[in-house]
Amino acid sequence: MANTQDFATFAEARLETTASRLRELVAHLRQQRAQLREEWARLITEAKLLTAMTKEEIFAEATSVYDNYVEALETGTYEALQAYARNLSERIIPRGVETHEVVGIVLLLRDVLARSLFAKYREDFNKLNRILDAYEPAANRIAGTVAVGFVQERERIIREQQEAIRELSTPVLQVRERLLILPIIGVIDPQRTRQLTEQLLRGIRTNRAKVVVLDITGVPYIDSPVANHLVQTVEAARLLGANVIVTGLSPEIAQTLVNIGVDLGKMNTVGDLQGGIEEAERLLGYKVVPMQEPTAAHVVG
Amino acid sequence: MQVPILKQGAYLIATVQSALTDEDLKQLRDTLVVSVSKVRARGVIVDVTALDVIDSFATRTLRDVAHMIRLRGAETVIVGIQPEVAFSMVKLGLSLEGIATSLDLEEGLAYLDRKGKGPGQEVGTHR
Repeated sequence: MANTQDFATFAEARLETTASRLRELVAHLRQQRAQLREEWARLITEAKLLTAMTKEEIFAEATSVYDNYVEALETGTYEALQAYARNLSERIIPRGVETHEVVGIVLLLRDVLARSLFAKYREDFNKLNRILDAYEPAANRIAGTVAVGFVQERERIIREQQEAIRELSTPVLQVRERLLILPIIGVIDPQRTRQLTEQLLRGIRTNRAKVVVLDITGVPYIDSPVANHLVQTVEAARLLGANVIVTGLSPEIAQTLVNIGVDLGKMNTVGDLQGGIEEAERLLGYKVVPMQEPTAAHVVG
Repeated sequence: MQVPILKQGAYLIATVQSALTDEDLKQLRDTLVVSVSKVRARGVIVDVTALDVIDSFATRTLRDVAHMIRLRGAETVIVGIQPEVAFSMVKLGLSLEGIATSLDLEEGLAYLDRKGKGPGQEVGTHR
């Protein structure tokens, strides 16, 4: 049908005009660069975004974001912008810049540019419409690219930090032959609990431990699944022939344990770490005696 | 697969060497309970180091063995439960309540010696 052909040529023409309009747009943005950039930086400060950065820094970043933005509009490729967004995020995330700020500034730029287009094509409404047709999808895509780049970078950093925390989080220390200490600090989440269990049971095996003191003084609270898991860990340790002494239970944790109805016969608990170590030494048959009377040492000193 | 049972001094040592069927477990139980007084053993060690899985039937059988052997006048220690096995047992609610467990054979022997029934020690000394 003739119509189909018409449509094809129409689509082609449209594609071409989109490209030519984008070119026109880019030329306009290049020409107005100094003014629009300044306007944008002003709006950023006004909206109290990027408060962690100085005015000069904001202006410098605004300049490069602007140039990258225009370039992405011109070439239609987003790799360079993506790389820049990642690089920018890497620099500003440690300074405490939030996701909403980054999304906010990109949207502001979008609006600033749209406004300048309104001003320029005020006379010719149809033309403005066509220019916006070309501008809006590209601008939205750019905003999306930058925001996603920022969030991805943030998530990467969070993952790295989680990894670091995990590595630090459960040391297994041998204090005496056959005696291990596991000091735990901070909130225990399910993932950490699993790791704790693994470390504890492995530790018992590799160090041939008979007694393990699990010190949870540094743990503010635990929820019932985690509490259950802890109790199970203690039982599993017993199957390996080791005694677990849990020390430093906070009142909240004691309450949680009572609420889930833990069998206290299976759990050996002592008030603090010192008491726990003393109890462990008693179980292992150690006896600690001072080398001389403390008072005598005092007199000599 | 039969479980070999060795006599070592006053103790019997049963070393499980591969996965056991329910039949094998029952047979192990019966053999142990019979031989414990035949050789006048004072302690029995069941070494399960080779087991990757200890299911409910195995747990119950081990518990039965320990209780029956106690009634026959000897102590039982289960040794060599793997960390992963121990945790999955606990997860499944399988426990060896009231039954001695030790890390490995050496620990198990040391435990039985301490129990005061070992050679050269008085019966009924403190634990």
